[in-house]
Amino acid sequence: MVSKKTAISDFREASISEFFEKNRHILGFDSPQKSLYMIVKEAMDNSLDACEEYQILPDIQVSVERHTDDEFIITVEDNGPGIDRKQVPAVFGKLLYGSRFHSFKQSRGQQGIGITAAILYGQITTARPSYVRTKRLDDDVAYEFELGINVKENRADIHYERPVIWNVKSGTLVKIPAKGKYQTGKQSIMEYIMESAVANPNANFKFTDPEGKTIEIRRAIEVPSKPGIAIKPHPLGLELGDISSMSRLTQAESLLDFLRNDFNRISDRIALEIAEKSGIPADLDPRTLTLQQIKELKRAFGEVKLMPPPTDCLSPLGHDFIIKGLKNVYGDSRPSHYSKPVVRPIAVHNGQPFAVEAGLVYGGDLKSDDPVRVVRFANKVPLLYQAGACAITRAIQEMDWRPYGLDQKSGQGMPYGPAIIFVHVYGIRIPFTSESKEAIASVDAISAEITMALKSLGRSVKSFLGKREKRKKVYEKFRLVNQLIPEIGKKSAAILGKEMPDLHPVISKIANVVFITEEIQRNEGSTKSVVHAVNFTRAPVSLKLYAEPPLGNYDGPELSWEISDLQPSMEATFQFSLVNVNAEYPGTTFYFTGIDPVRVQGAEPLPADYGIGGLTVIEEDEGAGEDE
Amino acid sequence: MMQRDVGKSLEGLVGRIYDFISHGEVPEISMPSRNKDNIVLDQLLSVWKYGDSLVTRSGKTVEGAEYLVKLLYIIDFIREMIRENKSSTLREMYYISEGWNLAKFHTQDESNLLAEDLEVISELLREDFKLRPEENGASIMGNITVEEKTRKGEFKRINCKDDVGDSGYSIPYTVEEEKLRIVDLDADFVLAIETGGMFDRLVENGFDESNRCLLVHLKGQPARSTRRLLKRINEEKGLPVVVFTDGDPWSFRIYASIAYGAIKTAHISHYLAVPTAEFIGITASDILNYDLPTDRLNDKDIAALNAELKDPRFNSEIWRDEIETMLRIGKKAEQQALAKYGLNYVTSTYLPEKLSNLTGYRW
Repeated sequence: MVSKKTAISDFREASISEFFEKNRHILGFDSPQKSLYMIVKEAMDNSLDACEEYQILPDIQVSVERHTDDEFIITVEDNGPGIDRKQVPAVFGKLLYGSRFHSFKQSRGQQGIGITAAILYGQITTARPSYVRTKRLDDDVAYEFELGINVKENRADIHYERPVIWNVKSGTLVKIPAKGKYQTGKQSIMEYIMESAVANPNANFKFTDPEGKTIEIRRAIEVPSKPGIAIKPHPLGLELGDISSMSRLTQAESLLDFLRNDFNRISDRIALEIAEKSGIPADLDPRTLTLQQIKELKRAFGEVKLMPPPTDCLSPLGHDFIIKGLKNVYGDSRPSHYSKPVVRPIAVHNGQPFAVEAGLVYGGDLKSDDPVRVVRFANKVPLLYQAGACAITRAIQEMDWRPYGLDQKSGQGMPYGPAIIFVHVYGIRIPFTSESKEAIASVDAISAEITMALKSLGRSVKSFLGKREKRKKVYEKFRLVNQLIPEIGKKSAAILGKEMPDLHPVISKIANVVFITEEIQRNEGSTKSVVHAVNFTRAPVSLKLYAEPPLGNYDGPELSWEISDLQPSMEATFQFSLVNVNAEYPGTTFYFTGIDPVRVQGAEPLPADYGIGGLTVIEEDEGAGEDE
Repeated sequence: MMQRDVGKSLEGLVGRIYDFISHGEVPEISMPSRNKDNIVLDQLLSVWKYGDSLVTRSGKTVEGAEYLVKLLYIIDFIREMIRENKSSTLREMYYISEGWNLAKFHTQDESNLLAEDLEVISELLREDFKLRPEENGASIMGNITVEEKTRKGEFKRINCKDDVGDSGYSIPYTVEEEKLRIVDLDADFVLAIETGGMFDRLVENGFDESNRCLLVHLKGQPARSTRRLLKRINEEKGLPVVVFTDGDPWSFRIYASIAYGAIKTAHISHYLAVPTAEFIGITASDILNYDLPTDRLNDKDIAALNAELKDPRFNSEIWRDEIETMLRIGKKAEQQALAKYGLNYVTSTYLPEKLSNLTGYRW
C-alpha cells in the first residue's frame, strides 16, 4: 500500500485530485454514512495533532447540521495554533500537501490527503464550497476563506479571503457541506468522538447532532500530550518509491551526502560501504539516480549492519492517560476493575519503531453475556471500521482467554464477558491493510507485541477475580464467627432457658485469627467503607493496616492505620469515603505489617513495592513459561 | 404423639447443640443422607428406607452454621405453635421466616426440605410439628363411606359416590383416624390415576361401578395424605392398589413413590408406601402394543430414565426392560393417548385387558 501512495505522488499534481474523484473509496469516502464520519475524523485528527504539536489542551467542537434531506453541514472547531493565512490554500486545497508526507514522525492525520479529500468530497457531492476561519495566537484578526478545489490543477479555488474579528485566542474552524447519511451506533461520529476522548483525556469535546442534541465530554487530565519527534527515515523501512522521491527532493550534492544526511543510522563509514556495495559512484548527484540504481541502493541497505531506529521518538499515551481516558468515558458503567495499563517496550517492524499499550475495564454494568468490547487505536486515532481485518481483533480472537476467566467457545474467537479491551498501536508508519487506515495489518512483530500486552491484561483480570473470590471467602468466614455462631449460641440458650454459653473456645477453634473486612454503608448521596479489624485470637495484637480501594471507587490520599494492643474479641473500625459504588463493588485490598501472616485473615503482607504502583509500568518481556 | 413429648423431644435436640458450644466444641448434627444412593430395601416391611450413610451439618462452615440457625428457628416456631395451639402451612412458615433475619429461607423448597430433615432427625412426623401442606386437590370416587372431622369438631359422614359431585371427595391434608374414619367400603380394588383428564373419563364412563373399584386422582406426584390414604385402605381394608399413569419417566416415579417409598420421605416409607401396589401402565410396551400416539423424549426425559436405571428401586428385570425399551424407541405417551381408539376404549378394552393380566406382585 505504501507503494500505491508513492505511485500517486508520481502523477502530475494536476491529476491527483482527478484520481481521487474517481477513487474516493480508497480514502474511506465509500458510503453516504461513512463519508460524514470521514469528514469529522479528518478535521478532528488535524486539530488534535496541531494542539499536541503546540502543547495546547484541546477544545474540540463538532456539529452536524441537516441542510436538506441528504445534505449536511459539518463544522469542526478547535483552539489549536491556527494556520498562517498564506498557507491556507495549500493546507486545505491541495492533495498531498502537508508537512507530514516526508517527515518520519508519529502523528494522527493522513499524509496531507485527509482534509482536502473531505473538502473535495463536499464539493463533488454538493457543488458548494467549504468555509475556513483561522486565527493564530500572534494575529489580531482572524481570516476567513471560502474555497473549493480546482481538480484539474490540484490547487485551492479561493472564492474570497477576508479578515474577520473572532473572539478566540487562536484556533481553526472548518465548515464543509456534504451529501451523506447521518447514523448513530457503533460506527458513528458520536462513537468516534467518545473513543477519541478515551485516547485524549486531556481534551474537551462537544458534539451537536442534527437533532440539535449536544453532548459534552470534559477533560479529565490537565497535561498536554507529548508529540512524537520527527526522525529521518531508517533505510530498512523504505520502499523504492520512498527512496526515489527522497532522492529528487534532497538538498545533498552527492550520493554520500544524501546517504549521510537524509537517513537515520547511516554513519560516514556505513555510507561509504553502501555506495561501494551498490556500485554507484559516491559523488553522483542523487537527483540523477535511475530506478535501477535505486534498486541497487535498496539492496545494499539490506547488506550492511544498521543500528535499529531510535526509540525515543514515539509518543505513548502512558499509564495516566489510559486510566483517565477509560474512567472518563466508561466510568458511567461503573466497572469494578481497571487493569493496570500495559505499556510494552518499543519494538521494530520493517525498520520503523512501534509499540503497543493496552488497558482493560471489567465488571460493573457491563453485560457479562455479551462479547467483550474492543476499542482499537492506531496513533491515538480510534479505528471503527474493518474490525475483522485488524491485527488487534485477530490477536484477541486467537488467544485462549479461558484460563484468564473470560468465556470463550473452544478457546478462540471473540471472548465473552463484562469487559472492554483497549489496545493502542503507535509508531512511525504503522502498516495498515488499506489506504483508508482502518485496520492494522497482521504482521508478525506487531501481532506478537499485541498478544504480549493482552496476556498481561488477562493476568490482571485473573488476579482480580481471584482476589474477589478470596475476599468473599474471608467475608463468609467473618460472618460465620461474628454472626452465625453467636446466633446458634443465643437461640439455643433462649429455647432452653439457659445462659448464653461462652463462644470463645468454639470461635478460636474455627478461626484463631485477626479478621479484616470491609462493610459498605450507603447513606443518602454518599457511600463509605467501614473497615472492621476484629481480634478472634486469645492474645492482644498490634499491627499496621494499609488499604488500597478499587481504582474506580476512591479518589483520596493513601490509607493506613495503626492498630495497637487490640484485646481478644475486641474490634477496631476505620472508615473512608467511596464514589461510584454499585452492586458489584469489588472490594478494597488490605495489607498489613507487624504481625505474623498466619494470624491475619482478609489482608495480605505488605508487598515491597507498595505505593509505587501509580507510576507507569513498562512490562518487560516475560521469559519462557510465562503462561504458568 | 403427645404434644408435650414433641416439645421435650425437640428440646433434647436443641440441648445437643447447646452442649457442643458450652463444652467448647463446634456444634454439629448428623442424620441419614437423603439421596438415592442411601436407600435400602427393608426386607421385613418390603419398602425402601434410608440406609446407614450419614451427613453431618457442622458449624465449621457457613452453610452448616446457617443450617443450624434455621433449624433452631423452626424448632422455636414449632414450640410456639404448640404453646398457642395453632398450626400453619409450610408456605406460611416460609413467609414467617422473612422476619427471622439470619435464618430467613431463600426458597420454599428450602423450608420444606428443612421440615423434612427435622422429621428425620427427631423421628417425629410433620403433623406433630403442626406443619401441614396446602390442600392439593387429590380426590376419590367410589363406594367408600368416610367420616371426616369438620372445623366445628363434628364428624360428618360422606359416601364418596352418592354424596359428592363428579369431581369426587377431596382428600384432606391429614387422613389419620382422628381426622378421617373409614366407615364402610364396598369395592374390590383401588385404581390410582395420575391425571385429572383420565380420572374424569373413568368417572364419566362409570368405571368405578362397572368394575367395583375406587378411583383415586393422584394429581401428579401424590401428596403424603393421598399416599397415606391408599396405605390405610390397603392395610386396613385389604384392597389391592393398582396405579395407572402416563407413560414417561416421571410417571414411573409416581408409581415408585407409592409402591416402594419416595426418596425424600424414605424415613416414613413404612407409613406411606403400599408394597403390593401394581403398575398397570402406560408402559413402554403399551406404546408399541397399542400403537399409541407419542411425543419424542426430550433431554430431561432421557436423563431421568438413565437415572432410574441406577435407582435401586427400579432394579428389577421388568423395569429394566421397560426403561430400556423406552430409551430405544425414544418415545413417551400420555394416558389420554388411548382416546385414539375412541372415548370408551380405555374402559371397554385397555383396562380390562391389562387388569386381567395383573400378576398380583409388585414390579
